[in-house]
Amino acid sequence: MLAIETVKLTKDYKVGFFQTRSRRALDSLDLRVEAGEVFGLLGPNGAGKTTTLKLLFRLVFPTSGSARILGRELDDRSVHQRVGYLPENPYFYDHLTAEELLNYTGRLFGIEKHALRGRVNQLLEKVGLSEPRHVALRKFSKGMVQRVGIAQALINDPDVVFLDEPMSGLDPLGRREVRDLVLQLKAEGKTVFFSTHILSDAETLCDRVAILNRGKLEGCGELREILRLGVSATELVLENPSEQLLDELRPYVISMVRTGDRVRLEIREESDIPVALELALRHKIRVASLNPVKKSLEDYFLAHVGANAVVGGQRLANR
Amino acid sequence: MRWSVGSAWLTASHEQLVTVLPMHRIATIALGAFKESVRERVLYNLIVFAFLMIAAAILLGSISVGVEEFILVNFGLGAIAVFGLLMAIFIGIGLVSKEIERRTIYNILAKPVSRAEFILGKYAGLLLTLIINTAIMTAGFYVALAIVHKGLIGADISLLVAIYFILLQLAIVIGIAILFSCLSSPVLSAVLTFSVFIIGNVSGEIRRFGELSHSPVLEKVTSFLYYVLPNFGNLNVITDVAHQVAVPGFLIVANTCYALLYIAVLASAAVLIFERREFR
Repeated sequence: MLAIETVKLTKDYKVGFFQTRSRRALDSLDLRVEAGEVFGLLGPNGAGKTTTLKLLFRLVFPTSGSARILGRELDDRSVHQRVGYLPENPYFYDHLTAEELLNYTGRLFGIEKHALRGRVNQLLEKVGLSEPRHVALRKFSKGMVQRVGIAQALINDPDVVFLDEPMSGLDPLGRREVRDLVLQLKAEGKTVFFSTHILSDAETLCDRVAILNRGKLEGCGELREILRLGVSATELVLENPSEQLLDELRPYVISMVRTGDRVRLEIREESDIPVALELALRHKIRVASLNPVKKSLEDYFLAHVGANAVVGGQRLANR
Repeated sequence: MRWSVGSAWLTASHEQLVTVLPMHRIATIALGAFKESVRERVLYNLIVFAFLMIAAAILLGSISVGVEEFILVNFGLGAIAVFGLLMAIFIGIGLVSKEIERRTIYNILAKPVSRAEFILGKYAGLLLTLIINTAIMTAGFYVALAIVHKGLIGADISLLVAIYFILLQLAIVIGIAILFSCLSSPVLSAVLTFSVFIIGNVSGEIRRFGELSHSPVLEKVTSFLYYVLPNFGNLNVITDVAHQVAVPGFLIVANTCYALLYIAVLASAAVLIFERREFR
């Protein structure tokens, strides 16, 4: 059974003062997410990632198309009993403490009182909020709110976990911990569907990814397949090369970047590598490293989404 | 924090999830809304008010000769109604719109909670808050009466009917506030709810004005307003009880049925609108 399936899912938003015009936020999205996989929904800001999640939780309604979670239609509310959701930049009742929020959420799921107490304790410990459990959420930092958000998304031990930009607001340590959590959930056979615009997170975690841009699916597939591990070029780093050597190497390289004493050369053809190495040896220049440059998700993203896409606050073309 | 694999809670799984009845979820949301009101210190303001009432009663008792009881009843019940009304409007309009504005609604509706359960839970939570507020103010009012009378007399108990009618009014006002807050912004909701309350208090007079105008159109319009808008005039017996006029039993039954019916209509309309609302 598929964990998540969308068929030609489309959403138009009414815009303008009189709401007469419409803007397409999602255009005929076809997705099939298998049970037990970690699936990443990637795309620049405004690509339609959050709209997809809102459609799946019926916070907005589709203009056309359909979707199912765990084989059930979205209007079947019982499916929510088996899913967990962390919204983007979550905001919870800030008059509650972390413990109270988890208790409240657990009661909405109908978790039995005794079991809930134990689960709340364990979750608070897991997200590192055991100590400030009695502090009102209004006094929490953004990272702490994100942690309590993750805990509430897991309160019902869901089969499918939806995480909308889960790394948002977390420090490097917190991001690492969330990455570990996602891998742990995968090891337990759960399906994790998360949206992100941080490509390195997706590259580390996902079995498969879908790339959205301006509401359209630009590509979808196994990460292995997308990256294909094809060697696009070879990187040669030389220490203190002379200008003469660099001039001789110029016809064989795509790019040449100097950093301190070192010069990083990107060699186009595999057949040129022996020539470049021979030249370096002849000039008695030390070779610091020689590495194949693998295709990255970023390359794929650039190719499919275009150089104008904004990723992680930086224009890809400038990176 | 450390995410250990295979911990007990993860294996505990769905067996511990009991079948949840809608009433259970409504009650959870209601208690959450009540807790929010309590933490926003609204109740404490009212306790201060209750003490002010006692002080005012003692003052009035000392400066009014002969009519102190009439003034105290009018003043006290009027204050309970006005304070309750202000709370019903200002908390009521924020109950739904604040959830949308702060996006707390995303998280709630992603749980196994229907939109109808959410609205009904919020309604019940505010009603509970107002019942407790009114109870506190009533206690303050009765302390004031006891000070003036040097103890309570039998007639004082009949004042509870007026307070019960105030609660019925508040229950309708919450319904109106929630309905408008599903439709529009908090400020507009407050203006509209207050307007309906005012018109609802004078709907009898408006209808009589239509009859006297001899204009068939105006007569129809005023008659329509009289039947459609809540008739708060019938729920106001403060002057009667202040004059120690007994409230007939059938009026208590009729007003109760009227309020329940009106609340049911308002809640159904709010749910219907909310079911169609999108959270962009």
